[in-house]
Amino acid sequence: MEIYLYIALFAPLVGSLFSSLFASSPKTMITGYVASGLLFTSLVSSMILLSYVMGGHTVHVEMMTWMATGDLYIPFGFVVDQVSVVMMMVVTIVSTVVHIYSIGYMDHDKGFNRFFAWLSAFVFSMMVLVMSDNFAGLFIGWEGVGLCSWGLIGFWYHKESATWAANEAFIMNRIADLGMLIGIFMVYWNIGSLQYDVVFEQIGNLPVVVITWIGIFLFIGAMGKSAQFPLHTWLADAMEGPTPVSALIHAATMVTAGVYLVVRSNPIYDLIPNVGLFIASLGAFVALFAASMALVNRDMKRIIAYSTLSQLGYMFVAAGLGAYWVALFHLMAHAFFKALLFLGAGNVMHAMHDELDPFKMGGLHKVMKGTFVMMTIASVALAGIYPFAGFFSKDLILEVGFVEHHYVIYTVLLLTAGLTAFYSFRLVALIFHGEERYKLFGIHPHEAYKFMLVAMSPLLLLAIIAGAFKMTYYQLVTSLLPDTQYHVHSEMTYWIMTIGTQLFVMAAIVFAYKKYGNWSGVPDGTSTMENRFCYKLLWNQYYIPKFYNEVFSKPYVELSRIAWKQIDLKIVDAIVDGIANFIYKTGENTRDIQNGNLSTMLRWMVFGLVILVALAVAFSVGYNAVGA
Amino acid sequence: MFEAIAFYLFAALTVVMFTITVVTSQALYAITAMAAGMIFISAFFFILGADFLGAIQIIVYTGAVMALYAFGMMFFDTTRKVVEKRVNPQIVFVLGVLAAILVVAIFVAPIVSNNIHALYPVQEGVGNSQAIGMVLFTKYLVPFELAAVMLLVAMIAGIVLAGKKMDKSLTLMTEEDIAKAHPQHESHHSAGGHH
Amino acid sequence: MEVTLTHYLVLSTVLFAIGLIGVMRRKNLLMLFFATEILLNATNIAFTAISHYIGDLTGQMFAFFIIAIAASEVAVGLGLLIVWYKRTGKIDLDQMNSMRG
Repeated sequence: MEIYLYIALFAPLVGSLFSSLFASSPKTMITGYVASGLLFTSLVSSMILLSYVMGGHTVHVEMMTWMATGDLYIPFGFVVDQVSVVMMMVVTIVSTVVHIYSIGYMDHDKGFNRFFAWLSAFVFSMMVLVMSDNFAGLFIGWEGVGLCSWGLIGFWYHKESATWAANEAFIMNRIADLGMLIGIFMVYWNIGSLQYDVVFEQIGNLPVVVITWIGIFLFIGAMGKSAQFPLHTWLADAMEGPTPVSALIHAATMVTAGVYLVVRSNPIYDLIPNVGLFIASLGAFVALFAASMALVNRDMKRIIAYSTLSQLGYMFVAAGLGAYWVALFHLMAHAFFKALLFLGAGNVMHAMHDELDPFKMGGLHKVMKGTFVMMTIASVALAGIYPFAGFFSKDLILEVGFVEHHYVIYTVLLLTAGLTAFYSFRLVALIFHGEERYKLFGIHPHEAYKFMLVAMSPLLLLAIIAGAFKMTYYQLVTSLLPDTQYHVHSEMTYWIMTIGTQLFVMAAIVFAYKKYGNWSGVPDGTSTMENRFCYKLLWNQYYIPKFYNEVFSKPYVELSRIAWKQIDLKIVDAIVDGIANFIYKTGENTRDIQNGNLSTMLRWMVFGLVILVALAVAFSVGYNAVGA
Repeated sequence: MFEAIAFYLFAALTVVMFTITVVTSQALYAITAMAAGMIFISAFFFILGADFLGAIQIIVYTGAVMALYAFGMMFFDTTRKVVEKRVNPQIVFVLGVLAAILVVAIFVAPIVSNNIHALYPVQEGVGNSQAIGMVLFTKYLVPFELAAVMLLVAMIAGIVLAGKKMDKSLTLMTEEDIAKAHPQHESHHSAGGHH
Repeated sequence: MEVTLTHYLVLSTVLFAIGLIGVMRRKNLLMLFFATEILLNATNIAFTAISHYIGDLTGQMFAFFIIAIAASEVAVGLGLLIVWYKRTGKIDLDQMNSMRG
């Protein structure tokens, strides 16, 4: 089984290295095929591992020693257990689909080979992240995905906004990673090991205060990666990257790494329910907060990004309340339908020549049947309608909130579910129904390549049927995660809740269709609604990016300017120049010594002798003085 | 008592002679004073019981080295006053005195003498020359032979350097002059082709 | 009035200093050679005195080898001096400045 582990882990790396060989040369189809083929190999290996793990075994290998100094021993160890195999399946399925899809999507791009190099490198980092058996390896993968995310957000580096977004994402993640690093250091300091099994076994022996701090710092890292408030601004800006990247990294896999971290560290968070409650509250807040921003946005990809943010909030609610398997289940289901949604959006973008404003589209269902069906089903799944994937995972989170008696959280999440349905179908209605507004802009949309739609079909299938795996999944992961069952006490309440939620969501969908299904014209900022305060507040993302700019960026720029003009130029440079000048002048002044006159040289020789002898005297006097 | 008188007497004489050697502007005075100084130094060797060394001092220095200098001086114009340009004589003096004081400080301080141990002690009942011979031909045989070879090399070098053709320098001459002085090289060069 | 090792060492140092002064102030090469002879003889006195007072023959051995070195030095040095004199007609240190940097 170890061989499958290594294949699953290293096949993406090989693909990445192979593609990077051609990174600077023009498009060669072979990189796309090789990278996708190796990803598929990785997927197959993961499936074999899944079947093996389902048999009740786990695979744990120690590939090599990484650090061994004194008491510090950190190996490159990998583990395939019930949790990581689920993550591996999610990562490999989505990334295989995205790779194949990208062959079509990036068809006309100059950086075709470079794209695959980065994308495969990302998958490798993500695999390291989920498969590592210790916090250090997790951190390596964590940073690796951050790096690849930077490279892919800024993939079109000639665009100012893309490089800006890439740097923003990278820097925000570094801030959070500092927190995570502190958390890891604290774990090592208090336990003396970073291996999961050792840490989780001994964490209970620590004082609660220490565990609380560890939990908080690790969660700060998770907040950055999963774009939780207040580090959420980068995710929407990250949509500058190519759409397959948004689908893979900024919806399905990387941003869920934070959830994975909390799920993986469940023995830690089990001991500190207060932090868990904070996580859940923050998650609920972010769910509503992000959904509200998605309501008014006019950028197709940003709307989906906010929806991702909102769904991550759901996952954190579940994880924070101790329902780790529910969080992981929603992570899985969400990965499928959200990637599908993004890839569909990518098709629409292609058809509309990179137009992102849904108000400029409309009526596309006539020309893009396949995409229309897929995006509609993905949205239905996202809204959580029975029997699609979202229903099983999202309703479960609502139940968790209810059963755990956190009614505020439950209410917030219920409201968010309605908002989710509304903005999802607002998007679908604006893109695919109503008047064909794109004709105003002289665009002739066309359906994407057949093979791209075929590549998306596995996701479509999973978005529809993922819920059917619920029990299998439950039996699988609960051998590692706490197997709390969440049953509403009375049958009656359960049915009222479920049907009530379904009706509420349906109503939201119908309302969205009613309002936007027959939309005509493109809003130009003059309507009364667009001038309302709350619209402006949401439109400007609660003014948070502006606030960050004013409070952090501008003073920092000012500080940097001072450091440059005052400190660097006037002190550091001056000192360096002074040293150079001094040496130069010394050389200039002492060159007379080398006048070739032997007599003068003899004098210098005697002078040196005197100095040496003087030193000898001084030292021996000093030595004797000390000796006496 | 006798030893002390002899020491101070010869010390004074040696210092005077060497001072004359260093400061006089007449080359003949200088060489004569130095020869005298060498002989006075041999007196210290006798006082110290190093008879063999004293004899060597007289033979080698006064006999051979001074004679060599005397012959050498015959090449130069020795009757004329030695004209030297003096630059900052104070510095010279200060440096010399400073070096002397410092070295004396090292010697006087009980640093050196405390750390010295006899490697090859003087054997009782054996004369100085015999003792030296025994050490020289046992412990110091290799250095002794090397010194002999060195002297031979120096002798040959002296002869060659003072030889006839050494007043020309091939490195300082131009190519044309070399060609003129050695016509056979010219033909060799042209046969060898262009460089 | 006993003569100790220190007396000899001081004498040796004084002679060495005289030699040093000579080395520094002489511009005539021949005179410079005389000064170096003084330096060598000064060290010889020190070696022999130490040898005597410690009762070890090593000092005398060194003095012996120094005399040998001095002899060869004179032979080679005078040879070079004569060559130089033949070429330039002068033996003044100040004029030997081909090593000017």
